[in-house]
Amino acid sequence: MKLTRQGWADALLELGEKDPNVVVMDADLSKSTLTCQFCEKYPDRFFNAGIAEQNMVNMAGGLSLAGYIPFATTYGVFVSGRAWEQIRTTICINNLNVKLGGAHGGVSVGPDGATHQALEEISIMRCLPEMTVLVPSDYHETYKATLAAAAIDGPVYVRFGREKVPVVTKADDPFEIGKARVMKEGDDVTIIACGAMVAEALDAAAILSEEEIDAEVINLSTIKPLDAETILISVEKTGALVTAEEHQIAGGMGSAVLEMLAQNHPVPTEMVGIQDTFGESGKPEELMEKYCCKYSDIVEKAKKVLERKSS
Amino acid sequence: MKYPIPFDERELKLKAIQMRRDIVAETHAAGSGHPGGSLSATDMMTVLYNSILRHDSENPSWEDRDRFILSKAHISPAYYSILARTGYFSPDELTGFRQFGHFLQGHPKTDVENGIEIGGGSLGQNLSIAVGLAIGLKKRGKKGSRVFDMSSEGELQEGSMWEAIMAAAHFKLNNLCIMIDYNRLQIDGPTELVMEVEPLDKKFESFNWNVIEINGHNIKEIYEAFKKFNLLAAGHKVPDHDELDPEKPTAIIARTVKGKGISFMENQAGWHGRAPKDDEFELANKELDEAKATIENTTEN
Repeated sequence: MKLTRQGWADALLELGEKDPNVVVMDADLSKSTLTCQFCEKYPDRFFNAGIAEQNMVNMAGGLSLAGYIPFATTYGVFVSGRAWEQIRTTICINNLNVKLGGAHGGVSVGPDGATHQALEEISIMRCLPEMTVLVPSDYHETYKATLAAAAIDGPVYVRFGREKVPVVTKADDPFEIGKARVMKEGDDVTIIACGAMVAEALDAAAILSEEEIDAEVINLSTIKPLDAETILISVEKTGALVTAEEHQIAGGMGSAVLEMLAQNHPVPTEMVGIQDTFGESGKPEELMEKYCCKYSDIVEKAKKVLERKSS
Repeated sequence: MKYPIPFDERELKLKAIQMRRDIVAETHAAGSGHPGGSLSATDMMTVLYNSILRHDSENPSWEDRDRFILSKAHISPAYYSILARTGYFSPDELTGFRQFGHFLQGHPKTDVENGIEIGGGSLGQNLSIAVGLAIGLKKRGKKGSRVFDMSSEGELQEGSMWEAIMAAAHFKLNNLCIMIDYNRLQIDGPTELVMEVEPLDKKFESFNWNVIEINGHNIKEIYEAFKKFNLLAAGHKVPDHDELDPEKPTAIIARTVKGKGISFMENQAGWHGRAPKDDEFELANKELDEAKATIENTTEN
């Protein structure tokens, strides 16, 4: 178990050392997003915008005009929501080289409650032209996603969580923006997951295999641009799909997959995710259970979709 | 061509008339656009681009240039005119304003080669870009490069402006100058009725900015205000103005008249966003001909 936000922070430290143009910004949450670690090492390349996300995002835009590569970080709700129009009009219309880090994605944020649990960022970021949207599954992937974000020119949104999550990839696994990874092969049903739900999907696949259901698990860490090829190969093989995300069903990762499949190869699909509701306070585990973001939800939906497939 | 060029009040007055002619022609040709606020900003834009801003239309991405950022970006007719008249592209292009396929979009689109540092149009956004850019230029050691942002009192109703204003002082951006085109009218009517912004000078002062108040149509006053900013941006005190601090950003609050220079557009909120019809276009040009003749017939002193 390891923090995904530590992956962001560690990668920023590495980038800071490699590239003097990398600058980091935060909106008074640097101790929580862990950008404070960059600030300690490179104080002259760290800018605290205060509790003013709209200004932070467009200041990042201005810094990018001066040739810097800003990584502006705060909680996902605030950066993607409060500053959405800045992201749209300044960052995306102008295709500026600004990287946005959205911490505290999902109900697993826990006791802070509904206001702080980002459940809509994937929808409202992926609908923006020019934007790349990354939802890494664990520490290693967050680290690599952050480095990969720096390596491409243009806006990138990286979503990560608050809680420690299982480490499901290895440090030396390949990571490429726009490339989905098959984590477990299977013939009966495809499970596509992102973020913390990848670990849940792997657990679900293990339980399904005990019942002789052979599930394929795909880690879709890049929501946009979508790796249609990997998804199509899988669902053409299995003929059934479950999507799993710690995010609103409306417009999220599953929607992105289905927009593509509906036009290419529609198959019976079930979706695991937040069902048009907001979160609340509680322990992460309690909330994941109540809001249907557990391996057991994936198992249930997998069985349901297999029934639909055979009928 | 390289700017700034030496200050010549009479010449600048004539250039401002040319700009007003362009604004009327652009909006007339397009059948839409924003003449009112373009005309109120005309004199400031003319002085800035000719006599203050360090830029080179033959080398638009010159690294050591000053940056101009248009916050109240609906006044694109004024912006496009000054860019054409200082050599970024041919004035013939101005009639392509707002036309399908033409680069002169309704609200400006980023196009450094044509002099547009960054696009805009959504109010409350571009001062933050200016702040980030001013920080970045300072960090790069570009001590000579300043950032000028053209805003308006209406735009100051956006809360994000005050985030940017707070940040500019916090980061001690003495290389940043905001110009407030204070024409007192917005789409729905007089500013004080729609949403009062006063006391503006005190607001900026309490946010730790330098404030210089001028008549935004007096070419000489505009120039003197910018000269003060030149000193402040270079880290110098301004003689006889101890209140101006060379560690602070500077706000030039310019009292202006919406629609300035065209009698029937002056002080009319309705001319915020409507184009002159054929007869209005002719009448406006006639007035500008007369204004030009008056200046030409005045002996230089």
